[in-house]
Amino acid sequence: MGLGGYLFVSAILFGLGVACTIARRNVIYVLMGIELILNAANLNLVAFARFNGGLDGQLFAIFSIILAAAEAAIALRDRAERLRPLRLRPSRRPRPAERVESHFSTPACPPPPS
Amino acid sequence: MDQLFFWLFAALVIGGGIGTLWFRYVVHSAFALMATFLGVAGMFVLLGADFLAVTQVLIYVGGILVLILFGIMLTPPDRRERSNKRVLGLTISILGIVLFLAFRIASVARWMQKPEPPAIGPTAARIGKEFLRADGYLIPFELASVVLLVALIGSVFIARRRKMTRVGMEEE
Repeated sequence: MGLGGYLFVSAILFGLGVACTIARRNVIYVLMGIELILNAANLNLVAFARFNGGLDGQLFAIFSIILAAAEAAIALRDRAERLRPLRLRPSRRPRPAERVESHFSTPACPPPPS
Repeated sequence: MDQLFFWLFAALVIGGGIGTLWFRYVVHSAFALMATFLGVAGMFVLLGADFLAVTQVLIYVGGILVLILFGIMLTPPDRRERSNKRVLGLTISILGIVLFLAFRIASVARWMQKPEPPAIGPTAARIGKEFLRADGYLIPFELASVVLLVALIGSVFIARRRKMTRVGMEEE
């Protein structure tokens, strides 16, 4: 199999990873998209190393795997501590009027003094 | 035979990537991601990188994927995920851009016609010597161990700090 086949698969994997990073809101999906992008880059590095006849590409890929492991550990440690679905941005902000109304209707709030 | 295995692994990689992007449940996406990782490991074997293939299986499938599954299990499901229609539109446009650029680059590049060099032997011993050679990759190797140590201590620190503030808030 020539170099072009590996680069083609890697390009498709990179596109899917970018789409997964951009299109989804849940942080876990974003992390999985980043892993897909890193895998595409590793595949490119190893394919070029094979057709270039050296070992440097494989060593670069090993360092990238190490950094991916550290990144996933930190990111998921941070997420697991929060114990709720963590999004990148809120889907809808409450309007000011809504916020005032909910403030007075929440049973947790003490009733206004009469 | 090589050709057959290449297309098998390519189908595994691309199918896993599409599944990761497409499934509505995060656990299904994580298992599709496992298919992608295994397919990439198989491609490493085809490319003669045996040590890297084993590393890929050990670290990605055995480490990162298990971490992702723990992260999923520790958090409640997210019901308000973006609809598949928007995901499909974005995916098609991004894939179109990437493939257009790839074919434009491939049409002018000269390294595409390079013939495949003869197979290289086992690489594990050569990679180990390269890591510990002073004019090779010794400094990046030591820096990588420092990065891993920082990640270890940092994750423990993040976990401890959160727990302390939570206990303090419960007391008041």
